[in-house]
Amino acid sequence: MSKPKIATTSLAGCFGCHMSLLDIDERILELAELVEFHKSPINDIKSFSAQCAVGLIEGGCCNEENVEVLRAFRSNCDVLISVGDCAIMGGIPAMRNMIPLEECLQEAFVDGPTVHNPTRAIPNDVEIPLLLDKVYPCHEVVKIDYHLPGCPPPADTLWEALVALLNNKPISLPYDLIKYD
Amino acid sequence: MEKVVTFLLDGEVIQGQEGQSIMQAADKAGKYIPRLCAHKDLTPHGSCRICTVLVNGRPQSACTQPIADGILVESETPKVNQLRTDIIDMLFVEGNHFCMFCEKSGNCELQALAYRFGITAPKYPYQFPQRDVDASHPDIFLDRDRCVLCGRCVRASKELDGKNVFQFVGRGVEKRIAVNSEKGLKDTDADVVDKAISVCPVGAILKKRVGYAVPVGRRLYDHQPIGSASEDETTK
Amino acid sequence: MSERIKAVLDPICREVGNDRTSLLDILREVQHRCGGVSGEAVDLIAKRLNIARVEVESVVSFYAFLSDKPNGNVVIRICDDIIDRMHGSETVARAFESELGIQMGQTTEDGKISLTHTPCIGMCDQAPAALIDDVVVTHLSSDTARSIVAELRENPDPTRLVKELGNGNNAHDLVSSMVQNNIRLRGPVLLADFEPGTALKKALSLSPVEVIRNVKTARLRGRGGAGFPTGMKWEFTRATKADKRYIICNADEGEPGTFKDRVLLTEYPDLLFEGMTIGGYAIGAAEGIVYLRGEYAYLRKFLESVLERRREEGLIGKNVCGVEDFEFDIRIQMGAGAYICGEETALISSCEGLRGDPKNRPPFPAQSGYLGYPSSVNNVETLCCAARIMEHGPGWFSSHGTDRSAGTKLLSISGDCKRPGIYEVSLSTSLKEILSLAGAEDAQALQVGGPSGQMVGRQEFDKTICYDDFATGGSMMVFGPQRDLLEVVHAFLEFFVEESCGYCTPCRVGNVLLKQGIEKILDGKGEPADLPYLEELAQTVKMASRCGLGQTSPNPVLSTLKRFRSEYERRVKPALDGRQPDFDLSEAVAQAVSIVGRESTHS
Ligand SMILES: Cc1cc2nc3c(=O)[nH]c(=O)nc-3n(C[C@H](O)[C@H](O)[C@H](O)COP(=O)(O)O)c2cc1C
Ligand code: SF4
Ligand code: SF4
Ligand code: SF4
Ligand code: FES
Repeated sequence: MSKPKIATTSLAGCFGCHMSLLDIDERILELAELVEFHKSPINDIKSFSAQCAVGLIEGGCCNEENVEVLRAFRSNCDVLISVGDCAIMGGIPAMRNMIPLEECLQEAFVDGPTVHNPTRAIPNDVEIPLLLDKVYPCHEVVKIDYHLPGCPPPADTLWEALVALLNNKPISLPYDLIKYD
Repeated sequence: MEKVVTFLLDGEVIQGQEGQSIMQAADKAGKYIPRLCAHKDLTPHGSCRICTVLVNGRPQSACTQPIADGILVESETPKVNQLRTDIIDMLFVEGNHFCMFCEKSGNCELQALAYRFGITAPKYPYQFPQRDVDASHPDIFLDRDRCVLCGRCVRASKELDGKNVFQFVGRGVEKRIAVNSEKGLKDTDADVVDKAISVCPVGAILKKRVGYAVPVGRRLYDHQPIGSASEDETTK
Repeated sequence: MSERIKAVLDPICREVGNDRTSLLDILREVQHRCGGVSGEAVDLIAKRLNIARVEVESVVSFYAFLSDKPNGNVVIRICDDIIDRMHGSETVARAFESELGIQMGQTTEDGKISLTHTPCIGMCDQAPAALIDDVVVTHLSSDTARSIVAELRENPDPTRLVKELGNGNNAHDLVSSMVQNNIRLRGPVLLADFEPGTALKKALSLSPVEVIRNVKTARLRGRGGAGFPTGMKWEFTRATKADKRYIICNADEGEPGTFKDRVLLTEYPDLLFEGMTIGGYAIGAAEGIVYLRGEYAYLRKFLESVLERRREEGLIGKNVCGVEDFEFDIRIQMGAGAYICGEETALISSCEGLRGDPKNRPPFPAQSGYLGYPSSVNNVETLCCAARIMEHGPGWFSSHGTDRSAGTKLLSISGDCKRPGIYEVSLSTSLKEILSLAGAEDAQALQVGGPSGQMVGRQEFDKTICYDDFATGGSMMVFGPQRDLLEVVHAFLEFFVEESCGYCTPCRVGNVLLKQGIEKILDGKGEPADLPYLEELAQTVKMASRCGLGQTSPNPVLSTLKRFRSEYERRVKPALDGRQPDFDLSEAVAQAVSIVGRESTHS
């Protein structure tokens, strides 16, 4: 029987949650025994070619591309997990949610103290995905099955969660592993 | 001599003194009732509603409801804890809580309540309200994004500091904490040693330059849920 | 500090003896004279009353009729209650906007006219209506909106807008209002002739304890909505040891769709004041306060004149009706635009010059109310009933209605009916009868008791108005078959979000979430799971809220989920592909598209 597949992605995140996954240390070998990593920055597989058992999402949705990727994960993963505070509530990127988008772009591309932009134009390049009006928590865009809070979640949290799922058990975190920082 | 009052809390016989609130009597008996706006040195406020219990089947706030002989109080039941979880969720989505960089994280009573109830994400949509920060004072921050409108600072300023630094303005969702000056905290008589500054249960009122002093792992609620030491937790 | 402000403010503060508990009166006066309460005014008032400025700011920011920014010289407040909307208030609002060249919430550039919305002003029977300063204008249309603006531009005095006077005392010199009473059905108890003094003299021939006993024998229960036995309330208040006690008349009439107290105040002020005096005698109070909602300010002068006449006639004042040692007087406390101030403890806060936050209970008002003294808060209609009980005896009173619901009840009927207005019916009249009296046989639903009450459908029109079936303060809003009941629910939630005092979490946040949940369904983005979500959220708000507002604000959702579930079910559908149906990518990128100038490649 083939091993269950795991897919991971980082949307509007900092890769800290992925780092935390690597932080499970030598258990990563055990994990590699149990699962096969499918689409993931860890192995650089870019698109889905098979249904995955678990999808791990880092980061919230700040632009149209994030939404597209997240929807693809939802369609291709049986269980979808928001990993980390950014996926759960937007995190640091969501600090812009209280500021109008126009002002954000103006500051980032025109008025910011370190910006050199003589044309004073906000760039319009298809390579730069269009921003959403605010950063959305993943569960406000697609259905999410579990949330693993933390910034990043402790490696043990990720381990516990994956072990539970691979054993067909619901994820239930002990007190020490529910942390928002 | 004070009259002894006997009542049942989750099936256990509790004895208290006449005039005590359900919360006071429960605390004395070593039974924790979750709370946020209540503070042992302050007049009860009854605003957060996290201490809601059922008294003979009727919801009441334990911090304001006096004990009475023979009442049946339900606290640790699925129904009551469901109400509490919902209220905690509401407080998280109502404000802007970025715990990942909040100086209060690990020592925050709202966060600790969420941990205690095992909340991994609130069930309500985030509101991302627009609220102002007041950093004008040399020693104190007021970050309204994290304010849960518990009124502890308002009461402490009046009742313990003999001042009048804080008060609420606006109503409904527009309700905010305000200070006694149009120009911000710096123009009030707020002082960093005031009780009003240290009673804030969350990271809305913070002392400057002392953040992150306690390392992760050694903070108040890193390993022990709020309320696990049976004495009143709000004594810090 | 500018001298001009001082010159205005100092006399206002001095007039009330620089008394902190008169803060609301001071602020109302400053608002009236200066168009707003500026930061400078706040500072000066704080200084005069010797309180913190933030305390003053706190009160100003609470009441809808007070503002920190200056309003125009004239303020037009269009009632946006659901009934007014059904009668075209939105079209009227657009007409005002286009005529004034401003939007809702704005003031014309010349600073002359401000335009805004206000919740129910108690004129649902003559909707759409508006308040122009204190002047009520009714039966508005786009045409009248335009002519009102033209006239105000010519002469800013809004009293000139009243062309034709209403009936009854609305035509009285001191009222001079175009409001109509619309009394459609008179009953034996309330809307009958009354000779001032008759009830009071009978009461004073009894001992206070006997008066209370009679009210109890008559089985009078509160008409303000909660239905608490009035005799018991008086007994409790009397039983609390104190130097002073207060009887407070609740004339806040804020529940949308009710306007019966308006008619009692207009046509039966003597009956009311007599009821208050009897209550004062019964509980041992020397002072009575009428808490009159700001929207009814047009009745104030008239009511003051009635009080003055009663003073002259010896019906209030020292030695009332010649009874030695019984001194009793009545004053009017004006509200300033806050539904929550109808809740009795919030009303007391407001009388004390505070924010209209409800108080923690216990202590109950009967133990510690206004300024800490035992107080009995009673509805206008309740006090009128009490006077009638004295006049005709408890047996006569309880011969009307049923065993558990004695007497008659005033109903304020409005909405999709041929004869909106006031009806005095015997308690235990069926909804069907009521609807046929009002000419609303085809009603799809009847909202009994206002937004905080119950939405009732045809299956239950056989039930009755009484304390056991549908208890009500008297608001009856009729919705015809053409109405979308979910839109009605949404309007009610908007009202509660606007009017929540914000003190406690479940009501402050929960009502916003409920409203958003209904919006999701109205937008066609609802899914089946939203029904249990709304039900649970509504239950939490209902159970955990601190006062009656939050404990009843989820009723529109709960009662429609119970009785009109198909209204929800027909709109929701299962979400596809695990997506959240209320997330719309093209909406979310719309701003970026317009800023950057390129279409999304994804949506
Ligand atoms: C939000 C809210 C608004 C209320 N508004 C009114 C009101 O406008 N008039 C009124 O008589 N009672 C109102 N009540 C009920 C009062 O709290 C109180 O029960 C009533 O005035 C008692 O008088 P009664 O016993 O004569 O009915 C309101 C209650 C709540 C919770
Ligand atoms: S105040 Fe508490 S809940 Fe809010 S961000 Fe800070 S730690 Fe988190
Ligand atoms: S600032 Fe802190 S203490 Fe004051 S109301 Fe807000 S949360 Fe409570
Ligand atoms: S229920 Fe609503 S109106 Fe009542 S105290 Fe709470 S917030 Fe205020
Ligand atoms: S602790 Fe009792 S209501 Fe907040």
